[in-house]
Amino acid sequence: MAYSEKVIDHYTNPRNVGTLNKEAKNVGTGLVGAPECGDVMRLQIEVNDENVITDAKFKTFGCGSAIASSSLATEWLKGKSIDEALAIDNMDLVEELALPPVKIHCSVLAEDAIKSAINDYRVKNGLEALELPKSHH
Amino acid sequence: MELPIYLDNNATTPLDPRVLEAMLPYFTNKFGNAASRNHAFGWVAEEGVDYAREQVAKLIGCTEKEIIFTSGATEADNLAIKGVFEMYADKGNHIITATTEHKAVLDTCKHLEKQGAKVTYLNVKEDGLIDLAELEAAMTPETILVTIMYGNNEIGVIQPVKEISAIAHKHGALFMTDATQAVGKIPVDVNADGIDLMAFSAHKMYGPKGVGALYVRRKGPRVKVTAQMDGGGHERGMRSGTLNVPGIVGLGKACELCRLEMDEEAKRLSALRDKLESALTVLEESYVNGNVEHRLPHVANISFKYVEGEGLMMAMKDLAVSSGSACTSASLEPSYVLKALGLSDDLAHSSIRFGLGRFTTEEEVDYAIENTKKAVNHLRDLSPLWEMFKEGIDLSKIEWAEH
Repeated sequence: MAYSEKVIDHYTNPRNVGTLNKEAKNVGTGLVGAPECGDVMRLQIEVNDENVITDAKFKTFGCGSAIASSSLATEWLKGKSIDEALAIDNMDLVEELALPPVKIHCSVLAEDAIKSAINDYRVKNGLEALELPKSHH
Repeated sequence: MELPIYLDNNATTPLDPRVLEAMLPYFTNKFGNAASRNHAFGWVAEEGVDYAREQVAKLIGCTEKEIIFTSGATEADNLAIKGVFEMYADKGNHIITATTEHKAVLDTCKHLEKQGAKVTYLNVKEDGLIDLAELEAAMTPETILVTIMYGNNEIGVIQPVKEISAIAHKHGALFMTDATQAVGKIPVDVNADGIDLMAFSAHKMYGPKGVGALYVRRKGPRVKVTAQMDGGGHERGMRSGTLNVPGIVGLGKACELCRLEMDEEAKRLSALRDKLESALTVLEESYVNGNVEHRLPHVANISFKYVEGEGLMMAMKDLAVSSGSACTSASLEPSYVLKALGLSDDLAHSSIRFGLGRFTTEEEVDYAIENTKKAVNHLRDLSPLWEMFKEGIDLSKIEWAEH
C-alpha cells in the first residue's frame, strides 16, 4: 500500500516530537493504545491561563499513519482553545492525510489521545473528566 | 548498487537469466502440447518436460515417475493432503500437522475437518521446532498422515524431518512435507529423509511463478492420492490439465542450477546472513527469532523491541523486507508463526524478516545494516515505549487502554 505524500512528510519530518513535564499542573498527558495492538500514542498539551494550548508534543509507537496522525494532531492543537481542541474529529485527520480505510483506526487513536490529554489536564485542575464517547473501532 | 534492495527472497525470488533462457524457446517455436503424441511439435514439448522431470528428480533424489507437476506449492499441498485423506479413508481420518505451517497446509486441514477429518495441530517450542515426544504421543491407529514443513517461511527453522518421518512410519502413517523454502537451498533427499510426499515451487528457487511439483513416493510404500482436478488424466492421472511446458522447463533448469551451486551458495549466504544479524543485534533490545542452529542459510528474523514493524519498514524505504506486524483495522493480529513461538504480541509486531538470495551482494547487506540501524534509532526516538523503557518503567505493569 502506498502512503500519501502528507503521511510521508509527517513520518519523515515529524513535528513536535518530545516530552513535556507530565507532573506540571498545566500539562495534560494522554497515553492511548496498547503495545499488543501495534500502536501506542502519547500526546501532551501545555495550557495557559486563558485555556489556550501553547505547546503540544507527541511520541508514537506504530505504523507510518499512526505517527503522521499524531504529528498532525500536535500541529493543529497549538494555539487552539480547549473547546476548539475537543472539536477535532478523527475524520478531519483522515481527510488531511488521505488515510485509506484500513488506517482509519490510527486517526481514531489520535482523537482519543487528544481527548485523553484534555481530561488529564481537567482532572489535574479540579474539573471533572469529560465522558469520552466509546471509540468506534 | 541499485535501490531499492530486494531482501524478501522468502516471498519470491527473481528469475535467474539462465532459467529464462532455457524457457524462451518453449514460448515460441517449441510451443507444442506435450500431450500431442502424433507430431513433432508435441514430441519436442514432451522432450522438454521429460528433461525437466529428470532435473527435478535429481535435485531431490527420486525417480522421474515420482514427480507430478502442479501450478505451485499451494496446489501441491492441497493435492497431497486432500488426496491422501480421500485415498486412505478406509484406513483412518487423523492428520497431524503444526501451528506454524503455511496457510496452504493449515487451511487445507481446516477444510478437511469439515469433511470429517480429525486434525491435531502440534505446538512448537520457543525455537520454532516441534517436540518429537508430542508428535509420538499424538499418533493413533487412525493417523494416516503427518504433514510438517521442512523449513519455515517466516523464521527459517528446519524441522527434524528424518526423526519425524521415522515416527510417522513407525505408526503406519505417511509423511508429507511442504519443502517450498528448503528445496534448492539445502540438501533435501526424499529417501534419506523418509519423505512420502513433498510439495515445492519454482519461484522460490529462481524459477518462474505458476509452476511447482508434488513428489509422490512409488516404492516402499507406493503412495497414491486421488486427483483433485478432473480432466485428461495428465501426470499419471493425478493432475489433469495441459502441462505448463515453459514453466516446467524453467523449474527443471532452476533445480539443476540449485543442485550445482547449492553448497557454495549456502556458505556465501549464511556468511552474509550472520554478518547482517550480528551487526543488527548490536542494537539494544533486538532479538533473533527462532532456532539459530537448525535453520535455512538465507533467513534472519529479528525483533527490534519498542518499534512497530510496519512503521520501521517505512523508514527502511530502500529495503524490500517483510514484517510480522499487521497494522490494519481488519486484522491487528501479528504473525501467527511468531506468536506460536510464544513471542508476546508487541515483539511480534516489532519483527522484520530479511530474506537474502542468489543476487544479494555484500555491498547490499552493508547498506541494509546501516539503513536498518538508522531506521530503528529514528523510530525509537519517536517511541513512547522506548522512552518508558529507558526510564526503567515496567511496561507490563501499565494498564493499557483496550482498543
